[in-house]
Amino acid sequence: MTFLRTAWLVAGKDLRIEWRSRIGLNQVLPFAAIVMVLFAFALDRFPAPPGTDDTLLESVAPGLVWLATLFSLLLLVQRTFAIESEDGALDALRASGVDAAALFWGKTAALAAQLAVLEALLLVTAILLYGTEVRPSGVVLLVTTWLAATVGLAAVGTLYGGLAAGARGRETLLPLLMLPVVAPVLIGATRAVEAALGIGGTAIADGWPWVGVVTVFAVAFGAGGTLAFGPLIDE
Amino acid sequence: MTSTSVPVAAKAPTSTGTATKATRVLGAAALVGIAWLVAFGLGFSPADANQRESVRILYVHVPAAWLAYLAFVVTALASAIYLLSKRHSLGWDRLAGASAEVGVLFMAVTLVVGALWGRLTWGVFWEWDARLTTTAFLLVTYIGYLTVRRLGGTHQQRARRSAVLALLAVLEIPLVHWSVRLWRSLHQEATVLRPDGEVKMDGLMLFTLFVGIVAFTLMYVWLVIHRQRTLAAEDALEDVGLDIAIVARRAEGRGAR
Amino acid sequence: MVAMEDAGFIIGSYVVTFASIGAYAWYVLRRARKVTSRLPDEAKPWT
Repeated sequence: MTFLRTAWLVAGKDLRIEWRSRIGLNQVLPFAAIVMVLFAFALDRFPAPPGTDDTLLESVAPGLVWLATLFSLLLLVQRTFAIESEDGALDALRASGVDAAALFWGKTAALAAQLAVLEALLLVTAILLYGTEVRPSGVVLLVTTWLAATVGLAAVGTLYGGLAAGARGRETLLPLLMLPVVAPVLIGATRAVEAALGIGGTAIADGWPWVGVVTVFAVAFGAGGTLAFGPLIDE
Repeated sequence: MTSTSVPVAAKAPTSTGTATKATRVLGAAALVGIAWLVAFGLGFSPADANQRESVRILYVHVPAAWLAYLAFVVTALASAIYLLSKRHSLGWDRLAGASAEVGVLFMAVTLVVGALWGRLTWGVFWEWDARLTTTAFLLVTYIGYLTVRRLGGTHQQRARRSAVLALLAVLEIPLVHWSVRLWRSLHQEATVLRPDGEVKMDGLMLFTLFVGIVAFTLMYVWLVIHRQRTLAAEDALEDVGLDIAIVARRAEGRGAR
Repeated sequence: MVAMEDAGFIIGSYVVTFASIGAYAWYVLRRARKVTSRLPDEAKPWT
C-alpha cells in the first residue's frame, strides 16, 4: 500500500469514528464555546485601550480565539489517542506493518480537519460575541494563517499524543508538554490575525512575517513527527 | 543485568558516594574558579560606562545562560547518540538526563538573576519581550522533559521517549535568538538600555567574563559527572531489586511444589 | 560610592547563583551517598 493510500485510510477511519460518536461535535465544540463566553464574562468590563476604537474584548479577540483553540486541541488529542488505546488498536496497526509516518500523517490530517472546523466556528463565535469584524482585504492572510496554524497544531498534537499515549498521568502530562511547545503558534497566529483584522491599526503587511513563524513551526513539527512517531509508539 | 541466583545485596560495598580522585580535583578547581569570579566580578573589574556597577551581574548571568544552552545541546547530542547507535547504551540516556537537570538549574538561575538585573536597570522584574518569553518557554519545556523521564516503564522506554523530546526541545534554542531579531524588526525596540545588549567590554571585563565561563563550566562538568553516576546507580538498584524479586518469586514457586 | 540598594541587588545575584547551585550540589552528593550505599562495588564502574 502506498504512503498516501495508507494515510488516507487512517484519516478516513479517524474521521468516521468521530462522525459516528460525535464526541467532537457534542463535547469539544460546546466546551470551546463556553470558554469563549467565559472570556467575555471575565474581560467585558474593561474599557478600550487608549488610542483605538475597539473595546478591550475586540482588541484581544484573536488571542482569545487561539487560546480557546489550544484548550480544545488538548481535548481532541486525548480523544484521538483514546480511540487507539481502547482494544489496543494502535499496537495492532503497528504489528500489521503499517508505515509509522503514514500513520502519523493520517492522524494529523484527521485532527487538522476537526481543528479547522473548530477554528472557523470560533471565528464566527467571536464575530457574534466580541464584535469582531473581518475586512475583505485581510481574508487571504486570515485563511493562510488558519491553514498554517492548523497543520502545525495538528502535527504537534499527534506527535505529543503519541508520546503520552500509554504513559501514566497522561491526562495532566499532555497539557504540561504541549502548551509551551505550541506557544509560538499562539503568538504568531494571534499577531497575524490581528494584522488581518486591522486591530489597533495594524497593517496587513505586518502579519505576513508572523505567518512565516507559524509555517516554520508547522514544517519543523511535520518533519519531526514523520521521523519520530515510529520510535515513539513502538514501545 | 546480573545473572546470579543469589541476591546480590549479600556483599557490602566498600565505598559510598560517586566521588573519585578526578572529581575531587575538578571540584577543587571549581571552587577556585568561583572564588576568582567573585573576586573579579565584585571587586577587580571596573564599572561600565552605561550601566555602572550593575554590569557586575553580567558575570554570573551570561555564563549561567551559556552553560544552560550547552547543557541542553549536550542532552540533545547524547539523546541522538542513544537513538542512532546500534547498542542503545543507557549511559547516553543518563548523560542526557543529568545534563538536562543541570541545564534547568542554570536556566532558572539565569532568569532569576536576569530579573534582579532588570529591576536594577529597567525598574521591572519581568517583561513579555521576545527573549524573556522564549527563554521562559525553554525552561518550562525542559521541566516537561524531566517530568517525562519519571513516567515509569522500562529504562529503554524512558530513554526513547525522552530522547525524542530532547531532540525536539533543543530546536527552541535557535528560536530564542531568532525571535529576538524578528521581534526587533517588527517593534523597533531600542537596544541601548537593555541589560544584555550594547555593553562595551574592555580587557578586564572580558577577562572576568571568561573567568565566569570557566568557573561555570567546571561546575557543570562536576555536577553532571556526579548526577550521571547516581542515575547509573539508581538504574542498577532498580535492576537488582527486580532480580531479587524474580529470585524470590521462583523460590516461592519451588517451595509450593 | 555604590548606592546601597544597588549593591543589594548585585550581591544578591551572586548569592542567589551560588546558593542555589550549592544547594543542588549538596542534594546530588547526598542522593549519591544514599543510593550507592546499597550497591556492591561491582555495580559502580568508577570505583
